[in-house]
Amino acid sequence: MITLEKVSHEWGDFTLKNVTLSVNEGEYFVILGPTAAGKTLILETIAGFYIPREGDIFLNEKNITQIPPEKRNIGFVYQDYSLFPHMTVEENIAFGLKMRKIPKREVETRVQNVMDSMHISQLKERFPSTLSGGEQQRVALARALVIDPDILLLDEPLSALDPRTQESLREELKRIHTVRGTTTIHVTHDQDEALTLADRIAVIMNGKVVQVDAPYKVFNEPVNEEIASFVGVENVIEGKIISRENGVALVEMRNYKIRALSNLTEGEVNVFVRPENIILSKVKLESSARNSINGTITNVTQYGATFRIYMDNGLSSLVTKQAIEELGLKIGETVYASFKATATHLIRR
Amino acid sequence: MSIRKALRNVKRQPLSLIFSFVGSLLILFILLTLFNMIFRQLAFESQGFIEACADPSVISSILLTLYTSFLATLIAMIIGTPLAYVLARHDFPGKSVVESIIDVPVIIPHTVAGIALYTFFMRRSAVGMAFSNLGIIFEDSMWGIVVAMLFVSTPFYVNAAREGFQSINPRLERVARTLGASQWKAFYRITLPLAVRHLFSGAVMAWARGISEFGAVIMIAFYPMIIPTLIFYEFTTHGLKGSQPIAVLMILVCFFVFIVLRASARYWGRRK
Repeated sequence: MITLEKVSHEWGDFTLKNVTLSVNEGEYFVILGPTAAGKTLILETIAGFYIPREGDIFLNEKNITQIPPEKRNIGFVYQDYSLFPHMTVEENIAFGLKMRKIPKREVETRVQNVMDSMHISQLKERFPSTLSGGEQQRVALARALVIDPDILLLDEPLSALDPRTQESLREELKRIHTVRGTTTIHVTHDQDEALTLADRIAVIMNGKVVQVDAPYKVFNEPVNEEIASFVGVENVIEGKIISRENGVALVEMRNYKIRALSNLTEGEVNVFVRPENIILSKVKLESSARNSINGTITNVTQYGATFRIYMDNGLSSLVTKQAIEELGLKIGETVYASFKATATHLIRR
Repeated sequence: MSIRKALRNVKRQPLSLIFSFVGSLLILFILLTLFNMIFRQLAFESQGFIEACADPSVISSILLTLYTSFLATLIAMIIGTPLAYVLARHDFPGKSVVESIIDVPVIIPHTVAGIALYTFFMRRSAVGMAFSNLGIIFEDSMWGIVVAMLFVSTPFYVNAAREGFQSINPRLERVARTLGASQWKAFYRITLPLAVRHLFSGAVMAWARGISEFGAVIMIAFYPMIIPTLIFYEFTTHGLKGSQPIAVLMILVCFFVFIVLRASARYWGRRK
């Protein structure tokens, strides 16, 4: 377990203001926030690169604020991988064990094991400059994991990768966490990443922690406007897949069912529908490829040039001023919210 | 690329054509000047060149020059590497002042530097006296040559080393620390090996700069004569006939040494 207590620090343009956080043993904890919010600074402070101006850091109840990074047993993975360019993949991974003066035999087996589990054994003689981004990131992860860290710190680990590699590494991170159960703190600005991976999310803005909650709560009940506009581009609703046919999953929601195009076959999911993909109408739109859910309008807010209509079925839609007038949309009215199965995105919870 | 293709490319890029032409004048200027001297000596006055090669005073002067400059470079490396690292990694008040001070030897005339060195290190000065108690005397001695060379070549080493350290992402050291390396080990195992090519080329530049120093050296140590001093002496007493063969010999020695150093630097750097 790691705890930050009232940590304040300034570094160049980045600041942390009175940050208090507690991450439980074995938890996958995501720090979510816009660029330059101070997210990386939190990780670097936990790792011990900076001694905070104020406040304390505890690792398993021990105050580690003044302990140098090499004595903390923390694994760190940077966005740019930061592999040692003058060492082979194998030497990179073995580095931490060599620093710990582990016997050569044991180093070899441990390095081999972690390479096997990350599927990078075939790369062991290669130098980092010859590897793809995804391969480099696997090596960086292996290098951090081989020392059996008490905590794994990941600084935007997927953001430099192309979407397909991102997805496969996301699955990999999830698998590693399930298998090893290492307490993980993962910093990102990407909401999908946060939702897929996090047990809990801390939202940080301008160096302050503004909300710490389960993913579902952060996205559905943001505590202030700022978070709402940062995370609020999507509708996120919890559901459960009850059947699947021809690539279309039937998902049971609160009190209705929807269809979604998905590879998932079962389990608890978060359902994503972008508000701009939801059409409102007074009558039900019948179509097999379309979901049409009725609901009562609970709120109407202006959102830039458009209006956002919130309904009691958990969905919200973006509409123009003209549509509001034509349909007579106001609080208390009943409408049908329609969206295509192809515009519905499922992420396993 | 075929020549025709290259020409076609050039036609489409008149600026590159003109710039390349103008630029090549500078290269020709350097090459022709040196080649002219070497060629004249070897083709028309080979006897004088052979005599110079066989002259023990010339040989010992060449060795002295290479050796004193090597010592000056070694001192610059031992003191300059930590300085370069600090300048590359840390910001502190007055940093730009420190950086300007390092460049001072490049800016001031070298005879001026020589006089300053002489008054600082002569036996009558406090520093000179302290050193003479240790048995180190600067006036007309090898150590005088070394300090003069050190003074003028320091900026070349420190600036190259600083650029080298700056080119290495500090995150590499940080990651090494999380993996259990102390600050010393992270420097020694990560940063130093990655910077070694920069350090090496900085050292070669500093060494070359030391070898060519004349103005600062003669003020503090006319004797023992290093090659630039010997050439000057021969030129004023025997004219071209006496000085040119030594100059040609020195140039050939320098070429040889630098080619060897370059090749070895490339060999070391291969792994990256």
